[in-house]
Parts: sequence; C-alpha cells; structure tokens
Amino acid sequence: MENNAPVISVKDLTKKFGKFTAVDHISFDVMKGEIFGFLGANGAGKTTAMRMLCGLSIPTSGHGKVAGYDITTRPEDVKRHIGYMSQKFSLYGELSVKENLKLFSSIYGVSNADFKKRSDKLFDELGMNDMHNTLVKDIPVGWKQKLAFASATIHIPEVVFLDEPTGGVDPVTRRKFWELIYKASSEGMTVFVTTHYLDEAEYCNRVSIMVDGHISALGSPTALKNKYGSDTMDEVFRIIAKDATRSD
Amino acid sequence: MNTRILMALLHKEVSLMRRNTILPKIIFIMPLMVMLVIPLVANLDVKNVKIVVVDNDHTQLSKRIIADISSSPFLNVVAACGTHGEAMEWVENGDADVLLTIPYDYSKNIVSGVDQIDVEANGVNATKGMIGAGYVSQSVGETLVQWKDENGIGFPVANISVVNRYNPTLDFRNYMIPALMVVLIIIICGFLPSLNLVSEKETGTMEAMNVTPVGRFTFVLSKLIPFWIVGILVVTVGMIVGWLVYGLVPAGDIWMIYLATILFSLVMSGLGVAIANYSSTMLQSIFVMFAFIMIFQLMGGLFTPIGSMPEWAQNVTYAIPPRYFIEIMRSIYLKGTSFIELLPQYMALFIFAVTLCCVAAISYKKQA
Repeated sequence: MENNAPVISVKDLTKKFGKFTAVDHISFDVMKGEIFGFLGANGAGKTTAMRMLCGLSIPTSGHGKVAGYDITTRPEDVKRHIGYMSQKFSLYGELSVKENLKLFSSIYGVSNADFKKRSDKLFDELGMNDMHNTLVKDIPVGWKQKLAFASATIHIPEVVFLDEPTGGVDPVTRRKFWELIYKASSEGMTVFVTTHYLDEAEYCNRVSIMVDGHISALGSPTALKNKYGSDTMDEVFRIIAKDATRSD
Repeated sequence: MNTRILMALLHKEVSLMRRNTILPKIIFIMPLMVMLVIPLVANLDVKNVKIVVVDNDHTQLSKRIIADISSSPFLNVVAACGTHGEAMEWVENGDADVLLTIPYDYSKNIVSGVDQIDVEANGVNATKGMIGAGYVSQSVGETLVQWKDENGIGFPVANISVVNRYNPTLDFRNYMIPALMVVLIIIICGFLPSLNLVSEKETGTMEAMNVTPVGRFTFVLSKLIPFWIVGILVVTVGMIVGWLVYGLVPAGDIWMIYLATILFSLVMSGLGVAIANYSSTMLQSIFVMFAFIMIFQLMGGLFTPIGSMPEWAQNVTYAIPPRYFIEIMRSIYLKGTSFIELLPQYMALFIFAVTLCCVAAISYKKQA
C-alpha cells in the first residue's frame, strides 16, 4: 500500500443472467500492492464479479477499471496487465512444467532471457528443480497450485486474480501458498483473492464480504472485527452471512 | 496477429497431439484401414451375374450361345431349365439375376431374320439386373455375328464399339480410391479440431487462454494449421496405399492434390472449430458434426454421381464443399486434368475455406 492510486476501481458493477442478478451494484477500490480478500458464501457472486474484472464476462451495467483500462470497452488491454488463476486447475496436463510456463510467458511477450531468469528463480524458490520436464498431470495437487500461481505471475502482472487458490489443499501447503502471495505483493503486484478459509482472510490487508450479490462489509480484518465486536473473522462472516438466501 | 504467440500456441498443439495416446495412431491407422478395406467391400462392379437359361431350340447354335455366356468372366450360368415357369422360380427366389429364353426353332428362324431371344432381368437388384441383361445381350449378339459370318449368312451388321475413357476397365476402385481420401479428410480434419477445442472448454484450459491477451484469429489459426499437416499426412498415406496395393497413381500433378488437400483441410477444420464454438460439450459437437458429415458423404458425389440426382439436389450440391474436392481428386487421378481446367473447383474450395475460417474466428468468443 505504498501508493494511493487504485489499481482496481469498481462502480455499481452489475451482472444479470436473465432475471437472476448475480452481482448487484458493487463498488470498491483496490490500491496498488494491496492483498484484497474477496469473501462470500457459495453463490454470493464472487466468481462472477472476478470474471468481469478479468474481461471474461461482460458487465450488464456499471463501470470498472483494472490496471487503468475499462473492463467493458478495453477488456483485451486489461488482460495484458493481469494474471488469473482459476478455481479449476487449468494448465495443460500433457505439457511439462517448463512447457506450460514457457507457453504463458510467450503469450504475454516475456523475452526468452527474462523467461530463463524468472523460471530458474521460480524453480529454485518452489523447490521444483527436478520437475522441469515432468508432465503437469503427474505432479501432486499442492505443486499444481504453486505452478498455477507461478504461471499466472510469470509476466509480473500489475494485478493477479486468484479464485479460491487453496481449495482442497492441506494446511501446510496453504501456508506456503500464502508465503508466495506475500512475496508477490512485496514485489508490487496487487493480489485479488477469493477464499472460503476465514483464517486466510486474516492475512489480507482488506477484505470485502459478499452476500447475495451485494458487498455487505468492507474493511481491514481488524476494523471489521471491531465493528462487529468479535475476535475472529470467522465470527464476523457468520454474523454477516447469516441472512443470505442463496447457496448451492 | 502476433507470430511469436502463434508459434508458441502451435508448439503447444503439436506437443499435445504427439503425446495424445490415440491421436497419432488414428492419423495413420484410419487411412490404412479405410484404403485397404473399403475398396474391397464397397464395390459396385457387376460381377458374377447369375443366369438361368431355358433352351427350347436344342441346336448347335443355342448351345454355342450358352457356352459363350458361361465363358464370360462376369456371367455365370447357374441352371438350365426345361420350362419358363421353372426358370422363373429361380428368379423369384433371388437365385438368378437374368433369365434367358431361346425360343423353339430359333436357328431355323434366324435365317429368315426373325430374332426373338428373350432376356429378362430381375429388377430387385436393379443395377445388377440391368447391367447383367446388357452383358447377356452383348454376348448373344457377338455369338450371332460370328455364327452368321461362319455360315455365310450376310447381314449388314451395325458395329458398335464402346470404349471407356479414363478408367479403361471401368474398375469401380479407380473411381472410389480418390474419393475415399476425401472421406478421410472429412472425418479426421472435421472431427479432431472440433473435439480438441471442446475438450479445452471442458478441462478449463480454454478459460485460461481467454483470460490472456491471445487474439482470436491467432488462437483459431493455432487450431487450424496443425490440420493442414494432418490432412497432408492422411492423403500421403492414402496415395501410397493406392499405389502399392491397387497400383493406382495420379495421372496429374501431385502438387495439385496437396493444394486441394490443404484448402479442403481448412474447410473441414474451420467448420469443426465453428461447431465447437457453439457447443459446450463434446456430445453436442459430435452430434452436430455428424449431421454435416452425413450430408457431405451422401451429397458430395461420393457414391451416387451428382449427375443422376434430381435437379434441385444437384443445385444443393454446389453448397457442399466435398463436391469440389471429389471432382478435383477424380479428375487428377483418372484424367490428369490441368490446374487451369480445375480452377473453378479450386476457387470454390478457397472461398469455402476463407469463409469458414472467418466464421470460426468470429464465433470464437473470449467473453460471455
């Protein structure tokens, strides 16, 4: 939070599917370098909102700017400046670890020299030096998540969107994954993360909690805990989400 | 369009194709199977026409007529019956295709010029009956000419000589083999890109691509280009089998075959990608693709000559891309037609290719 210019700026963003309003007039700003937690029950509209910010989904109404580009009018420019890690693991299983990274770095126009430098460093940090040529489908789940994160950030985007990145991962690996997130943030990347684990919410600089398509609470974990008079984010979430009518 | 991105995507496609457990095998085994088996079974040549004869004349001439018929490689006398009714039973039971009746005192009457040999064809298998009856009449005619000649009965004989150009032995295989390669391209270059793209949708890698700045033309091209190579491989395997097994080599230039193959591969893969863009599951895309392929096979002039379709159907075939490719392949293979003469067909394929690739690129949506 070294800088005050918002990297993500959203005003009255709405997405309707027929009569169903998945995201209903949400507004918020995310500052550069911030780790922004995007919380909400299942079906609250988190993924839909995130897909709009990534230029994957066209908003029904409202405005949004990501990395300086309008998400409605210039989605392809937005895509050049962001990284995205989807809820569902989506690297190519039949390509090796290195081939996957190389593919994404070529798509983002990372030079060969930069790719070599960054991938060597990444493999070192992730402890994947002996896995360069292993096919992605053969590596364990925990590694897959780290690799997906690495490929979403290989081009050092301004913002990285993580959609439930730690789903189905053991606590130790989750912990390590958050170390990666902190590192990315310390390098100046803005991190926009959805999660179901409320302990993870504590690691964020600020969180928003979505209920039935609306943002019901927004602030730092400490501020929210004070506001609702509780000791943990878990309790805060329960208080806010108890009136939710939607769920899977 | 960005060449570097395109190269990276192509590298990905080729690696994935090579590592696929069944794809490389299909690309080689399918042409082999189709080229080896189909020409043997899907054979419309009329051979082994079964003939039943009723000889009421019992003279040297009538015996000679029958003997000449039996000596033909295509005709087979299965029975000689005493009465017409008896012979009809053979026809009714489907045991004979043609019934030949030589009337009483035939050899006597022939001198006075009253010819009355009856040839009756079994119309259940229309092709076999008609062509068989034709063969029998021809054989009888030849025997009569010889016999009259030998016996000094001078008749002005109309000499009809039929020469089958381009496919001298009228071998159905020569007609089928070039077209079978078309079928292979229809199936392989139509289904595979479609399945490939929908599988990316199903595994979620499509979304990973959609969230990157990859352009839609670049992405679609990366799906189409590999199938040029696949198309060329398939046709090459087909030509080699045609040459080694059936001794059939194109009478025209091979580069013309490859040029048509590249254009037609684009047509089919463009169609496949377009269908995939509108499908969200493999099942949907297979079903829709199958409908197209059925129409292409039945109306492209593969088995049924376009010339013998009703006029409205002939007009419809102008919109069926394989029609042009089949014409090109048959002309090059059998006639050695020049490029200039086939230019209209090449142009038609080119227009189809460009149109379908544009449809494929435009229907590919990176956003929902």
